[in-house]
Amino acid sequence: MTDPAKKLDEGAPPPRLLELDDGLSVAETIDWCRDYVEDLEFPTVRQWREAGGKVLGHFQVYFPEELAHAAGMLPVKLRGTPMERREADSHFGSYLCSIIKSSLELALTGRVEIDMFVTHPICDAARNLAGIWARNLPYPSQILYFPQNANSAFAPTYLREEYARVLRDIEEVTGRKVGDDELRNSIELFNENRRLMRELYEIKRATPWLLAADEAYVLVALAGLISREEHNELLASLIPRIRERDAQPQDKMRVVFEGGFCEQPPIDLLTSISQFCYVVDDDLLIGLRWILEDVPVDGDPLQALADAYLNSSSYSPVQHDLNKPKEKMLLRRIRESGAEAAIVSAAKMCEPGLDEQVAYSEALDEEDIPYFVTEFEETMARYDHLKIQLETFVENILFE
Amino acid sequence: MMQATEDLIGRGQEDGKRLFKEWFAGLTSAADAGEKGAYVFVMGSLVELLRTFDLPIVFPEINSLQTAVRKVSDEYLNLAEDHGFSPDVCGYVKADYALQLRRGEHPMGTVPPPGIAVYTNACNTYIKWAEIWERMYDVPIFTLDVPGSRSAPGVKLSGTNYEADLKYVEYQLRELIELLEKVSGRPFDIDRLREVLSVTNDMGRSWRRLLEINKGTPAVYDSMMEGTIFLGVVNALRGTPEGAKYFADLVEEMEYKLEQGISPHGEEPEKHRLIFVGVPCYPIFRRFYHLFSDWGGTFVGSTYLWFASGGFNLDFEYDLDRPLESLAEGLMLGVRSAVDSMLFQDRALIDAIDTYGADGVVYHPIKSCRTVSTGLADSRRVVLEERDVLCLYIESDMMDKRVVSEAQLKNRIDAFFEGLDSRKIRLAREGAGRGELSAAASGAGAGVADSKVTG
Repeated sequence: MTDPAKKLDEGAPPPRLLELDDGLSVAETIDWCRDYVEDLEFPTVRQWREAGGKVLGHFQVYFPEELAHAAGMLPVKLRGTPMERREADSHFGSYLCSIIKSSLELALTGRVEIDMFVTHPICDAARNLAGIWARNLPYPSQILYFPQNANSAFAPTYLREEYARVLRDIEEVTGRKVGDDELRNSIELFNENRRLMRELYEIKRATPWLLAADEAYVLVALAGLISREEHNELLASLIPRIRERDAQPQDKMRVVFEGGFCEQPPIDLLTSISQFCYVVDDDLLIGLRWILEDVPVDGDPLQALADAYLNSSSYSPVQHDLNKPKEKMLLRRIRESGAEAAIVSAAKMCEPGLDEQVAYSEALDEEDIPYFVTEFEETMARYDHLKIQLETFVENILFE
Repeated sequence: MMQATEDLIGRGQEDGKRLFKEWFAGLTSAADAGEKGAYVFVMGSLVELLRTFDLPIVFPEINSLQTAVRKVSDEYLNLAEDHGFSPDVCGYVKADYALQLRRGEHPMGTVPPPGIAVYTNACNTYIKWAEIWERMYDVPIFTLDVPGSRSAPGVKLSGTNYEADLKYVEYQLRELIELLEKVSGRPFDIDRLREVLSVTNDMGRSWRRLLEINKGTPAVYDSMMEGTIFLGVVNALRGTPEGAKYFADLVEEMEYKLEQGISPHGEEPEKHRLIFVGVPCYPIFRRFYHLFSDWGGTFVGSTYLWFASGGFNLDFEYDLDRPLESLAEGLMLGVRSAVDSMLFQDRALIDAIDTYGADGVVYHPIKSCRTVSTGLADSRRVVLEERDVLCLYIESDMMDKRVVSEAQLKNRIDAFFEGLDSRKIRLAREGAGRGELSAAASGAGAGVADSKVTG
């Protein structure tokens, strides 16, 4: 039970949320992490709250978590869940993706207790979440409006002001003032986290037999559930051990998995894909890996974060930027990762994902790059059909 | 001076159809002459600015819905799906994609291809749609980003960024003008903009009067059926003298009908006053209307006339002394209001129930439009908790006949009206009962549970 009077000490290290045994192997450690990622009771979030901490829940795709961290909050990525829904469905109509319903389910059933909810107008369905959450949950729910004219010369200024606005709300919720120094410290910490996640992906590209797609996924997903301090510690200790794993390359096709920017495929689906392919790059949980370079820690930290969102970032079907046409960015991802083919997926009923499949298919056809088009749902439990199709696709290419 | 009855009644419908045909004929001429159009959308069309550059204005949404009204949308949808589009994405987009593949061939004429696309973020699908044209034609596309309301009314935030948002919108307008000068080869004429804005102000006043008139009894037009024609004209002819005259004449007609007590049901009395939420079922448009009107139902109001009217429902007029700044403000307020009436519409609906004296609300979420539809099931719960009205929730689509089940719709609509009839009897009994008891002793209100006849 959370004691509302209890607060985390400002300046003290954040509470440790993982109970990790030092003697575990790499595979065992990752399995243990997977338990946390799949635990529908969100034990790390509970523990944080029991220690007096406040939680900011943010929806897909990207949220500048440094803002929450600088105020002593735990930023938690709300990315849906494969659980059976009992309460959320009656709040929505048909023809909608699962993630918006399952994320609400987590909140309505009390599995995730947060102090503030932030969503973004990434798509026409998700734009409705602020209104739905506000009508049903007691804490403030709002939209952080990322610029959808990323190419306007005023967009960086606009976004800086938008970050300042959200930060004021965070200060209101936490009762803590956040200055530039706090923000810079958070940015440094998150820079390190991004560097470590880039290192994970370098391993996936260069030596994919050392780190399977589902394993990398679990390690990234954990970032959205624990403090970045603890996540950095985990990755820093695990990455050298991953590099030393005793595994040999196998004759598997190198692929890029595209389509996991919002609703997430079940982890077991990634495991199934890994049976035939090395997923050498992907856009899974791209929001947690959105910024591609260190954010400068000198100058105005809010402006630095805004500039980074616009100029040092990845791409997704839900960000419109004339400098980053999606199909060209996908081709670049394929080229730079040394992939031989692409899995062009979309979550069921995901309009931006489904729209983008057409553009991606045309671009891949023009470049003569083989690709496999599919759909998934976070709640799917059987992959037999998909496995057969994928296996056939891979064999057709390998034995051409 | 009022004309004789037989000239005035129905004039709006006839003029509307004529103007629409003329508009499409204009597009066909432009297409035949090899011209390219400025592709825009109803929410934040920026037509006032585009008219100063003499670009033919094309509304792809209107083109698409016309394929459904004219019962040929399935050809267009099938063609787009044969080219890889999912059945689960917006039907308007697919119909337009097919239209482009067919080189603009449309049941009402020929639509010129885009030379530029200008759109807001009022709908995320607008952005994906424009990206399609960019790929197909290598034409410039411009997202005029309008930051919307950050939260539902009543949610306490630390403040808004109104001034910062407005600066952003105005800055983008100036960037857009630079682009339009390049594309059109014409310099921007601010005096021309003033003229267009002045005409737009006239249209806006008429539109607001039109919405007001239907608060009277009986309501004099059906917001869903006739409202669709009004919306077509208000968008296609926005900022034109013909458009301003049309709406001035329309107000004259409707005021006359109000004075004479003439409803859309002719001599039949108005039985049930309804609010329509969503976009109509265009594949069976006239039959859909009759499913309600045959029971004596009139849509006295509709959220469609709010969010698709380009901000005309707001009490805002462009300031001609500062046209550009005022255009930015009007755009921001208009788009924001349009989006609010889709994402945060529960309070506005409750107000509309009160001011229009509505007996029921019909929610019509559609497969094609997640902006309009996603939050309706939840918002309906709030409305039912706060007002003694009946709510019907029926799903279909605005383009795709494959997901329109007329028999199912009819069953649920019939049950809804049976409920409305029962409610009328109940309210009449309660009214009679209250007349016998003193005001201090009578219990208030009816059992809300009785009102919840939902689809």
